[in-house]
Amino acid sequence: MRFLHRGAKASFFPLALPSGALLNARAMSDPLPEHKDFIHSEEFLQRLMRRQLKLSVACAAAFMVVLLGLPLLNYFAPDFMATRIGGFTLTWLILGVLMFPFVWIISGIFIKVSLKMEAGEAAKAREENAKRTGGIAG
Amino acid sequence: MCSLLNFPVLAAAELNYWVVAFSAVTVIITIWMGFWAAKKARTASDFFVAGRSVSVGWNASAISGEYLSAASFMGIAGMVMSSGYDALWYPVCYACGYLFLLLFIAGPLRRFGAYTIPDFAEGRFDSPLFRKIAVIFVLFIGFFYTMPQMNGAGKALAYIFGALDFRGSWPDFLLSHDAKTGEALPGLPYWVGVALVGAVITVNVALGGMKGITLVQAFQYWLKMFAISVPVFVLLAVFGGYGKNLDANVSPPEKAAGITWSEAAEEAGVKRQALPPNDAAKKISVPADDTWISPFGPRSSKPALTAKAAGVEIADTRPFALLWTFSLIIALVCGTAGLPHILVRFYTNPDGVAAKRTTMWVMILIGVFYLFPPVFGVLGRNLMPELYNGGSGVKGTDGSVLKLPLLIGGTWGSILSGITCAGAFAAFMSTFSGLLVSISGAMAHDIYGRILRPGSTPEQRMRMFKVFAFVCGAAAILLGLVVENFEINMLVGWAFAIAATSYFPLLFLSTWWRGITMKGAAAGMLIGGVLSLASIVSTMFADNWGADGLKAWYAQHPLVRTLAEQPAIWGLPLAIILMVLISKATRATVPADVRAKMLVLHAPETLGLKQEYIKEHEGH
Repeated sequence: MRFLHRGAKASFFPLALPSGALLNARAMSDPLPEHKDFIHSEEFLQRLMRRQLKLSVACAAAFMVVLLGLPLLNYFAPDFMATRIGGFTLTWLILGVLMFPFVWIISGIFIKVSLKMEAGEAAKAREENAKRTGGIAG
Repeated sequence: MCSLLNFPVLAAAELNYWVVAFSAVTVIITIWMGFWAAKKARTASDFFVAGRSVSVGWNASAISGEYLSAASFMGIAGMVMSSGYDALWYPVCYACGYLFLLLFIAGPLRRFGAYTIPDFAEGRFDSPLFRKIAVIFVLFIGFFYTMPQMNGAGKALAYIFGALDFRGSWPDFLLSHDAKTGEALPGLPYWVGVALVGAVITVNVALGGMKGITLVQAFQYWLKMFAISVPVFVLLAVFGGYGKNLDANVSPPEKAAGITWSEAAEEAGVKRQALPPNDAAKKISVPADDTWISPFGPRSSKPALTAKAAGVEIADTRPFALLWTFSLIIALVCGTAGLPHILVRFYTNPDGVAAKRTTMWVMILIGVFYLFPPVFGVLGRNLMPELYNGGSGVKGTDGSVLKLPLLIGGTWGSILSGITCAGAFAAFMSTFSGLLVSISGAMAHDIYGRILRPGSTPEQRMRMFKVFAFVCGAAAILLGLVVENFEINMLVGWAFAIAATSYFPLLFLSTWWRGITMKGAAAGMLIGGVLSLASIVSTMFADNWGADGLKAWYAQHPLVRTLAEQPAIWGLPLAIILMVLISKATRATVPADVRAKMLVLHAPETLGLKQEYIKEHEGH
C-alpha cells in the first residue's frame, strides 16, 4: 500500500527541528546579506504580490457576490426566490445544491491560473536574474 | 458483589443488534489501524507532521475526515429539521470556508513552512512572546472544539444502548440518574460514551501521532460518506425524491393561494405526517411550513421575534434576520479559514502545489458530503415529526440521521440505521483525534520544546508528545463530562466566531501586509476574539443561565441582541482596524527583514528562497 512513503522529500522539518528558532536566530541588529539580483528586488516582490492578490481578490469577489447576493435576493425578491423548480424553491436549490459546484469551479480556475502564473513568474525572474548578473545566476 | 456478574436485562424496546455491531466494528477497525500505523511512525517528524509525505488523495480524505464532525454528521440534519432554510447556510459556509483558505492563506503559509499558528506567529514577527499568546489561543480553541465532540459521543452511545437495563447488574454509581428525582434509569449513562471515544482516540494518537491518525481519518471520511449517502438514496427511493419532499411543504406564495399541507403533500405524491402542536412548557416549537421553507425563518429572526413578543414595535423582522444571516456567513467562512487544527493538516503536504491540489479535493469531498445531511432534515420533518419533542441532542431532531432509516422497516432498516450510527461514531472519533494531535503537538512542540526546554532533542519531544496525548486526552474526557447539557451546534458556533475574529485577521494581514507589527497583531487578535466570545456568552447567560435582567434588556433591543448573538460582522472589522492602527503607531518595530519574509511567503518555491533564508539566518 502506497499510503505513506518513507523518507520525506522536504529539506528541513520546521516542526521536528525548531524552525522558529532558525527563523529567529538572527539578532535584530545583525545586517542581512545584501542581494543585488532581481529575485531579491523590491520590484519583483511587489509585482508578484500584486498579481497574486489580484487573482485571489477576483476569485473571492466572484464568490462573495453570489454568497452575499443570495440573502439580498431573498430579501428583495422573496416571491421570485420561492418559485418551484422540480419541487425545490429556487433559493433552496441554489443554496442547498448549486452552491457547491459553483465553488468547485472557482477554486479549480484559481488553482489552474495561479500555478501557471507562479511558474511563469519564476521562469521570468530567473531569466531576468541571469541578464542582470551577466549570466551568473544567484 | 455477585450482582456485578448478572447480565444486563433488555428493557421494553428491543436492542438493535445491528447498530451495536456496526458501531463496535468501527471502533475496532479504528483501534487496529492505530496499532498498524504506529509500527510505521518512528521519527519525530512522523509524529508531528506525518513525515510531510502524505499523498494528495490520502491527505484530502484525511482533512475531510477530520473536518466532518458530529455537528456535520448529525447536527446539520437536526438544524434543517428544526429551523429549515436558515440552517442551510451552515453546510454551505463550512465547505466554502476552504475557498478563503485556498485563496489567501494555504499557499503563503505552506511556503513559509509554518503550519502551526505559534510557529507562524514567532517566525513572522521574530517574537517568542507572540508564540506564547498564540499557543494559549490554540489550546483554548482546541479544547473548546473538543467539548461538542465528546458531548455528541456520550449522547449517541446512550441512545444506541438505550434499551439495555443495567439496574441490578451494575453498581449504582455506574448508572445514569434522573436529574430531578435522582432515581436510577435504564440505558447507558452519558459518561460511558465520552470515556470510550476519549480512551480509544487517546491511545491511537499516543501510539501513532499524526502519521497514525492520517490513515484512520482518511478511512473515516469514506465511512462517513458511505454512511450518510447510502441511507439517503434508499430513503429517497422509498419515500419520494428530495424535491418532492420539499414540495410537500407549503411556500409563502402557496399559502397565500390557500393551499394546505395535506393538499401540497398529495399533489407532490409523498406521504407526510401531521406536525405536533407547539408547546412552550415542553420546549416544543414547530415552525410552520411557510417560515420553515423560506429564508429569514425562526432561527435568524429569533432576536426580533423575541422583542416583538416583549412588546417592542417592529413592523418587519426581516432586516434583523438579514443582518443575522450576513454575520453568520462571515463567521463560518472566515472561521473555517482560521481553525488551527485544520491548518496543521496542510503542513503534511510535501509542497505548495500539493497543498493547493489537496484543498481543491477537500472542497469536492466535503461539498459532496454536505449535500446529504439536509435531506435527512427534510425527510425528518415530513416522516418523523415526533422528533419535534423538545429533547436535546439525539433525543430531539439531531436523532433524525440515526432514526430515519428504521422507517424502511425490517432487517434492512436496522442495518441502515446501524450504518448511520457507525458513521456518527467515525465523526466523533476523527474530529477528536485531529484536535488531540493539534493540542498535544502544541504542548510538546511549543510549550515543552520551545518554552520549557528549548534545548530538547526531537526524540525527547516525541516522548513528551505521547505523555501530553494522555494528559490532554484525559482533560478532554473531563471537559466532555461537564458539558452534558449543552447543544453541540452552540459550542461549535463559539469556536468559529472566535477563530473568525482572531486568527483569520491575523493570518490574512500577516501574509499580505508587511506593515503589521507584533503589537498590532496581538492586540487585534486578543481584543477581537475576546469581545466576540464575551458577547456570545452574554446571550447564553441571558437565555440559559439566569441573567434575567440582561434577557429583558436584550428583548427590548433586538439589534444589539442580533449583533451579540452573531458578532463576526463587527468583530472581524474591529480586529482588522485595531491591527492596522496599532501597527501604524508602532511602525518602528516592523521586523527589519520583512521583505525577506514576504519573499518567502510569496515567491514560488522553485526559486528556493526558503532554504536560502534559513541558511542565512543560521549563519548569524
